[in-house]
Amino acid sequence: MENLIALLIGAPLLGAAVLLCGGRRLDRSGHWLGTLLAAASFVIALALFADMLGKSADDRAMFQRLYTWIPVEGFRADMAFQLDQLSMTFVLLITGVGTLIHIYSIGYMEHDERRRRFFGYLNLFVAAMLLLVLADNYLLLYFGWEGVGLASYLLIGFWQHKPTAATAAKKAFLVNRVGDMGLSIAIMIMFTTFGTFTFGPVLAETGQASEGKLTAIGLMLLLAACGKSAQVPLQSWLGDAMEGPTPVSALIHAATMVTAGVYLIVRSADIFNAAPDAQLVVTVVGAVTLLFGAIVGCAKDDIKKALAGSTMSQIGYMILAAGLGPIGYVFAIMHLVTHGFFKAGLFLGAGSVMHGMNDEVDMRRYGGLRKYMPVTFVTFGLGYLAIIGFPGLSGFFSKDKIIEAAFAKGGTEGWILGSVTLLGAAITAYYMTRVMLMTFFGEKRWQPDENGEPPHPHESPKSMTIPMVLLAVGSVAAGAYFEFAGFVEWLEPVTGFAHGHSPLSAAAVTTATVAVMVIGVGLAYLQYGRKPVPVVAPRGSLLTRAARRDLLQDDFNHAVFVTGGTHLTRSLVYVDHTLVDGVVNGTAAAVGGLSGRLRKLQNGYVRSYAVSMFGGTAVLIAATLLMRAV
Amino acid sequence: MNPVNYLYLAALLFTIGAVGVLIRRNAIVVFMCVELMLNACNLAFVTFSRMHGNLDGQIIAFFTMVVAAAEVVVGLAIIVSVFRARHSASVDDASLMKL
Amino acid sequence: MSQVVNAGFPLLTATAAVPAVGAILTAAVPAARRTAAKWLALLVSLATLVLAGVIFAGFEPGGDRYQFVESYSWIKDFGVRYELGVDGIGVALIALTALLIPFIVLAGWHDADPLETSSKRWRPTQGFFALILMVEAMVILSFEATDVFLFYILFEAMLIPMYFLIGGFGDRAHTGSDENAAAQRSYAAVKFLLYNLVGGLIMLAAVIGLYVVAGNFSLTEIAEARANGSLEMATSTERWLFLGFFFAFAVKAPLWPLHTWLPNAMGEATAPVAVLITAVVDKVGTFAMLRFCLGLFPEASKWATPAIVVLALISIVYGALLAVGQRDIKRLVAYASISHFGFIILGIFAMTSQGQSGATLYMVNHGISTAALMLVAGFLISRRGSRLIADYGGVQKVAPVLAGTFLIGGLATLSLPGLAPFVSEFLVLVGTYARYPVAGIIATTGIVLAALYTLVLYQRTMTGPVKEEVRALPDLRARELAVVVPLIAVLIFLGVFPKPLTDVVNPAVRHTMSDVQQKDPQPSIQNVEAAK
Repeated sequence: MENLIALLIGAPLLGAAVLLCGGRRLDRSGHWLGTLLAAASFVIALALFADMLGKSADDRAMFQRLYTWIPVEGFRADMAFQLDQLSMTFVLLITGVGTLIHIYSIGYMEHDERRRRFFGYLNLFVAAMLLLVLADNYLLLYFGWEGVGLASYLLIGFWQHKPTAATAAKKAFLVNRVGDMGLSIAIMIMFTTFGTFTFGPVLAETGQASEGKLTAIGLMLLLAACGKSAQVPLQSWLGDAMEGPTPVSALIHAATMVTAGVYLIVRSADIFNAAPDAQLVVTVVGAVTLLFGAIVGCAKDDIKKALAGSTMSQIGYMILAAGLGPIGYVFAIMHLVTHGFFKAGLFLGAGSVMHGMNDEVDMRRYGGLRKYMPVTFVTFGLGYLAIIGFPGLSGFFSKDKIIEAAFAKGGTEGWILGSVTLLGAAITAYYMTRVMLMTFFGEKRWQPDENGEPPHPHESPKSMTIPMVLLAVGSVAAGAYFEFAGFVEWLEPVTGFAHGHSPLSAAAVTTATVAVMVIGVGLAYLQYGRKPVPVVAPRGSLLTRAARRDLLQDDFNHAVFVTGGTHLTRSLVYVDHTLVDGVVNGTAAAVGGLSGRLRKLQNGYVRSYAVSMFGGTAVLIAATLLMRAV
Repeated sequence: MNPVNYLYLAALLFTIGAVGVLIRRNAIVVFMCVELMLNACNLAFVTFSRMHGNLDGQIIAFFTMVVAAAEVVVGLAIIVSVFRARHSASVDDASLMKL
Repeated sequence: MSQVVNAGFPLLTATAAVPAVGAILTAAVPAARRTAAKWLALLVSLATLVLAGVIFAGFEPGGDRYQFVESYSWIKDFGVRYELGVDGIGVALIALTALLIPFIVLAGWHDADPLETSSKRWRPTQGFFALILMVEAMVILSFEATDVFLFYILFEAMLIPMYFLIGGFGDRAHTGSDENAAAQRSYAAVKFLLYNLVGGLIMLAAVIGLYVVAGNFSLTEIAEARANGSLEMATSTERWLFLGFFFAFAVKAPLWPLHTWLPNAMGEATAPVAVLITAVVDKVGTFAMLRFCLGLFPEASKWATPAIVVLALISIVYGALLAVGQRDIKRLVAYASISHFGFIILGIFAMTSQGQSGATLYMVNHGISTAALMLVAGFLISRRGSRLIADYGGVQKVAPVLAGTFLIGGLATLSLPGLAPFVSEFLVLVGTYARYPVAGIIATTGIVLAALYTLVLYQRTMTGPVKEEVRALPDLRARELAVVVPLIAVLIFLGVFPKPLTDVVNPAVRHTMSDVQQKDPQPSIQNVEAAK
């Protein structure tokens, strides 16, 4: 069975290679090939899953070693895979949701002349993401980590002729590289501390390392996670990344890639467990991002950017949970999976709306769409109920657990974190209700597009609605399934699990969660359901305006890094030209000048040469005589 | 006679020749002054030969004469061709060989 | 002699002699048979590649340090010998050189065609390819030379063909008038020559000094005598000699602040020649640091390490920042190379196995990745006739294959995992961090800056709305694909399976580490191996 692990990655990788190198011949059939190979990977994953379920809980991890990737004196990185319960969860999510989104894209990208290449990139992404979660050492994980970064770069910038898309892609890659720096430093510290960076030995020996080292590793891993998962302070790329085609936003920037940071932290659980300071920073980052994303999500009028803010916020929940230690790891992953379902569903719904509205993204120009797109409305609505944590739906189970765990952290910290998560839940309910009301309810505020064509909203084709329906089913049922099928027991052998001691009873937390959700929904209804929505955004309060600009983070980045960097490079170019090169050219000029003077001696008059000869001879003779006299 | 006196004479002739080379412009005169210097040297060689009692100096003097003769031939030829080209025998007029 | 002289076929001499003879033959092809000269040059370079392949395959990683040794007396009075031998590092670099030259020849196929207006008897094409082969011969021989004097002669002699290649065959895509371009070109060529000559002269002084101290020029003998203590060297003497050698190599490599000749030379030369400079000739500098600086002067090398590490770090950051600020595509690549040379030198002087293996792999990988990027850039430039980034835009739309290969070259330059440079860059970083943690972390910023200059370049040239002037650009042709595709294939292969290369490099690094009597820093936790 173990030998199938490489095939999981191999199938989509083959697809990427064939589609990207195949040329125009594959234009007509390429998307089918891509989808088929993604589905093949899913089937293999199911087979492995079935095999895994048949084994006892402690014996479920599988390993496959292909060859030694980098063999150097004292340094060995293997091309080797590890498939345990944690990886398995991810593999199923990636291949499952991935396949659905491949299917969706067949319809969504139907009229794009570069559809073959789009599927090539998608397959590349799936392969890289699988490598990320299947790697058995940090360096191979880094391989996958940058691989998904590349796929994300290619897909965000898929419509390269739009300068905004190209810029967004570059920004995403660069911000991610800052995070990658953290990951590579973490690996370096691991190597000098443990002499290896394979998960098994490193995580087994954390007890021996000093806490300072572990804290450093933890913080560097967190930096990496911040980049990939769009957490403060490296969150600025995610909003811009919505320039990519919507299926990309659904797969990469909602369901899978952005959650890689959570995977990294949970995978490194032993390191964080032994470094409480790093854990504290993780929870703080999670809490800050949770509120940051939620606030941004409230102010955006672009449906995809509102959802992007929401993604950021939901990942904030996961990071926060992961920072709580063994009481939170399992719930972080559980929320990750349920979020994968409902957020992918929401994005696909948004894509379906855009598909029917001439690619309009401004929610102020939607309205009343529920009659025109019934399937989209229902699936989007179910996703909506799931994300706000409507009792019984999947988001309810996973988010409720995180809030409970946050309180269970204990002490002042616990109260603060718990309140933040509750507040986040209220804001989530508010902004999602806002999205729902502005899009599907109220009167029509449709505007003709730039060609003067008024929109004719219609339901999307089957290839798009079927994935949406399936994801909606997941959004509804996944939480309850996990709750009752024993998700905790499933993951516990890998991540560990501890019951916290919550100062509040579980029932109290649940009641509070439902209460704040109702308040959030109510507020949004008062603002957007009772009153007509203006087509042009009102000026808004100071906070609203700041939130529309991503809470001024971009302005800060621009002022400090972009402007500062530009000045720095310009002045360095100047310095290189005038100073470094100047010293050399100056020396050359000095030699030239000197020889110009000396040249005057060479005047062509024989008699002056004769004088110098006689003079020289006289000096020589005088010197000789003088030497002899001495 | 004290052979040193010949050396004084040689030095005197050499100085006259040298000054002539430096201050005269006419190529022929410069040339004759060079000859004067060469002969001053010859005189000194022969004198030293006499003083030291061996023949080395006299042999060198013969060499010098031969070389001087050859030099006269080449030198005069150059002077004549320069004169033909530029209608002047002044050494300062032939000052094109410079940077 | 310390080792058995191989009496068999003189493989090393042959590998250098084939391109040398080929150069002479190419130069002798009549003016009208230009195409024949090109094919001859290509065939010769392929034959050299075959010979290099034989060396690579025949080299036994577990065998002697220097293999295929040849040794003949040359100038008896001064103990100068024609002495050749290769260790793993030399083998890797010979393979790199032999691999790149056919692609350089193929990429420069039309770069030296005579203009319509020029005389029929003029033979620039023959000269161009003959010079390239000449450089190849000298570079290969310098990787093989184990006699310091022989190495010095080659080190200097290769300047001559390079000078003519830079000064005589400029990039036809220049801005401004022809005279202006010619002036720029001759400025670049003279600057290249002067910088390297000054370095070479200082090295000559050191070579003579070494002879005075040691009494012969044999690398192996001197190194052995130093190791077993029979050759004492005063500390100050050793340091001065080291500095003399290092200066020459640092100019060649080039290391900040001796780098400014490189952007000029690479900017003005044609793209294949630019590749020849940075991917092949400059490697002699870093190679010589490993072989001669560390091999002959281990103590002085350790003494100078802190200063060199600082200079290397400055090179990394400074080169990358300047690359960001460039407006000319080829100069951008040149500054990127300066940054990469910083990594190589950092790896060499980190004095750890990982650092030195990484540095050696880096030399090979940087050669291939720069060749891929620069040659594609050259194809692009020759289409549009401009080197300025601002003159491009939206090329992706009209020439997707060109843009795709350009992106892969760029991704290799920014060390994306899966492509060869990642392996070497990471090894250098790890190796440096193990010995100098702060330096390791500073060097890591290079990976962010590399992404910046590469992606900015790609964005400005390839994406966005299609500019009017590039609307009619054709995509890559068959000859150009034949250049790019194999290079990319090698990049990917070595990125996921670098073992063939590390196998030959590892033993050489072990020897170098014992030369400088350094041990790798051990991990702070010892019993991890047991836990495996």
